[in-house]
Amino acid sequence: MQFFSQKHVYDFMKMRFAAISLSFILFFGSIFILFTKGLNFGIDFTGGTLVQLQYEQKAPLAEIRKALSANENLKGASVTEFGGANEIIIRFSGSSDSLGSDIGQSIANLLKDTGKFEVRRVDVVGPKVGDELRNKGLMAVGISLIAILIYLAIRFEWRFAMASIVCEVHDIVITLGAIALFEIDVNLDILAAVLTVLGYSLNDTIIIFDRIREGVKTSKNSKLDLIINESVSATLSRTTLTTGLTLITVIVLYLFGGSMIEGFALTMIVGIIAGTVSSIFVASPALLWFKFSVMDYRQKELERVKKKQEKEKLRSMYEKGTV
Amino acid sequence: MRSGKITYRSIIFFVVFLIGLVFSIPSFMQTQSGAKINLGLDLQGGLHMLLGVEVEEAVKSKVKSIASSLSYSINKEDIIVDKIKVNDTSIEFTLLDENDIAKVDLLLKDIKGLAITHENLHYTLSLTQEEIKLTHEQAILQAVETIRNRLDQFGLAEPNVARSGEDKILVELPGIKTATDEARARELIAKAAHLQLMEVDDVRMDQVNNLTPAQAAEYGDLIFEDAKNPQIKYLVKSIPILDGSMLTDAKVGFAQSNNLPVINFTLNSEGAKKFGDYTGNNVGKRLAIVLDNKVYSAPRINERIGGGSGQISGSFTVEEAHDVAIALRSGALLAPVKMLEKRSVGPSLGADSIKMSMIALAGASILVIAFMVMYYGIAGIFANIALVANILVIIAVMAMFGATLTLPGMAGLVLTVGMAVDSNVIINERIRELLREGASIRQSVENGYKHAMSAILDSNITSLITSVVLYAYGTGAVKGFAVTLSIGILVSMITSIVGTHGMFEMFMNRMEKSNNTRLWFGYRRP
Repeated sequence: MQFFSQKHVYDFMKMRFAAISLSFILFFGSIFILFTKGLNFGIDFTGGTLVQLQYEQKAPLAEIRKALSANENLKGASVTEFGGANEIIIRFSGSSDSLGSDIGQSIANLLKDTGKFEVRRVDVVGPKVGDELRNKGLMAVGISLIAILIYLAIRFEWRFAMASIVCEVHDIVITLGAIALFEIDVNLDILAAVLTVLGYSLNDTIIIFDRIREGVKTSKNSKLDLIINESVSATLSRTTLTTGLTLITVIVLYLFGGSMIEGFALTMIVGIIAGTVSSIFVASPALLWFKFSVMDYRQKELERVKKKQEKEKLRSMYEKGTV
Repeated sequence: MRSGKITYRSIIFFVVFLIGLVFSIPSFMQTQSGAKINLGLDLQGGLHMLLGVEVEEAVKSKVKSIASSLSYSINKEDIIVDKIKVNDTSIEFTLLDENDIAKVDLLLKDIKGLAITHENLHYTLSLTQEEIKLTHEQAILQAVETIRNRLDQFGLAEPNVARSGEDKILVELPGIKTATDEARARELIAKAAHLQLMEVDDVRMDQVNNLTPAQAAEYGDLIFEDAKNPQIKYLVKSIPILDGSMLTDAKVGFAQSNNLPVINFTLNSEGAKKFGDYTGNNVGKRLAIVLDNKVYSAPRINERIGGGSGQISGSFTVEEAHDVAIALRSGALLAPVKMLEKRSVGPSLGADSIKMSMIALAGASILVIAFMVMYYGIAGIFANIALVANILVIIAVMAMFGATLTLPGMAGLVLTVGMAVDSNVIINERIRELLREGASIRQSVENGYKHAMSAILDSNITSLITSVVLYAYGTGAVKGFAVTLSIGILVSMITSIVGTHGMFEMFMNRMEKSNNTRLWFGYRRP
């Protein structure tokens, strides 16, 4: 079984203007959404309290809200369904730092007339911890970007590193845009999802770049756009397969993973699609923008090979004792 | 041998597979003994708390305790001073007799970590910066130790208490089932268990209801409420006679008079001596037994109390008395703790999460496995064997190193299923390419692996970089995810690169003989 004819070279570079326009729209659209709608930071990052309740029957939202408003601190609490009609989440911004008080218990007392339920989860995050978690999260994203940049610059060439960063930023922004659009609560799991997307999309990019690097050395063509076409076509099967398989697993996660990982899975779905498309249509053309020169690279490679040969020659002469 | 040869690759893979199988069995079967994978609190239910230590309080009580022993020594040496005053971080007093300067200086020389200034007869003692730092450090270490001791005695399964960062303590209590248990555990941790024996200020005691705390402080006194009845207030001297740091044991007993639970405590020799001396010199005065700033009883001293034991009686239930005794035995908290973060997950939610992620893991695996066989034929089967080995080894490695499997970790595991076959997809695509160019099967396999290697290595190393960064900067959930992902990546290098190569080599002769690329690679040569 095979999906793509491996002989055929698809002209991706011809499609790139259409694809780039789409990327532009998505990218700036995401930025627009991020600025207007904003990210929904969960209590992991803002501090606050979250209580998850599971009712034995459909949760009576109106009654719950009414019962909560009896308490001064809980007046502004948001009550939302979570996963299904039986399960709800109560969120509010306050948090108590006293070990003695138990917010889960006091909410259970307030709501005891609304039906039979079980307190499934109580999360309390103090504002200081929230700050710290957010700073650490941003730090993690920043540091991994820099580490990758350095690795790629050493293994490939600085233009490849730059191109992959452009592509990464593109993916992260679109993923964040989707998070804002779908109003997913940004907490630590979502941060992990975003970082996975970062790694995943990079995977795709690197595999295509690896081919391009190989093509630059071996292709009969010496025009970069033609080499890119060849390389992307050659890796197309792999790209579709791997993306398809990963996407399947994440969709399964989304459908069956339960409401606790729903946001995580949705973020991954968007990120994986964006990452795959961008590694074909953003990363490769970015090499052209940064004016990667095939001839220069070949020249450099040639010199490197020559140097190596000379060294070997010298060594063999030395070993034979002719020097 | 007809079927090809067994190379070092297949041997390595076989060994790895076997290790994975053997060491992951205990995690799958609860009855098996051996290292099991740790389930995170989000998967088994339990309580996770991050506590902050109020180190400033430790400094204050250190100053107080210095003042208390200084006051004891000054009395003993018959030095006459105007009353000793304690501020948050300093002690002040004024000598009345110039001739005592030498004696006081000698006393002060024995106390470490003090910066002493004096104008004429007025002394100011304050803690040095290093001493303050040291006190902070001690307060945290001691809090970790104390909380651990208390929870151990509480009888919970595997409580985990660890220092986290500069001044925080992470407490994890897996398997807390009911809200009452949780409340008891929290109270036990929070209990400062700060026992003080203090002198009641008999002179001004009758004014106690008219004094503000500030006015009381003017006299060097404190106002405390009675533990049973907050209406009753006591005026006590702010410098304690002695405190719980000199306590060696505390046990629950029952009072003879009314059979109510009491706590009997024993003091160490230093404490016993001070207690004996004080009670001997102050017969007729009242002694307040203060626990966590509440007065439990204030008996009048009838005679010198030697032997260094005392009793706290009060409105305890048996359970309370038991918890207070645990708290006293395990030592007072030098500094109070406050809750910075608390996450509690009910056991039913944890069970649901496991069930859901198991379904996701199984579903994803079946789909991926079926697809690989359809697309790549026998090469797909090889990749699938590698995939199964990969999952088993991840579980085995996590069990062996005591890593914790969390919900995001489960997600990482599911994701690994999708990503682990990536290497094999890259390799198989390369093999197909070479076959298309007309290379022999043997050459195609050998060169396929060679060509694919740089792409696989580069992509795996970058993924590894991100997960290491995630681990280093992440907390809790993110760390769990990073652990599974990094182990997955490392293991997949052995299983899907070395392992599948070994399998190809094992079947090489058969492959060449049949020359059916459709069967072996799911691809017909053009």
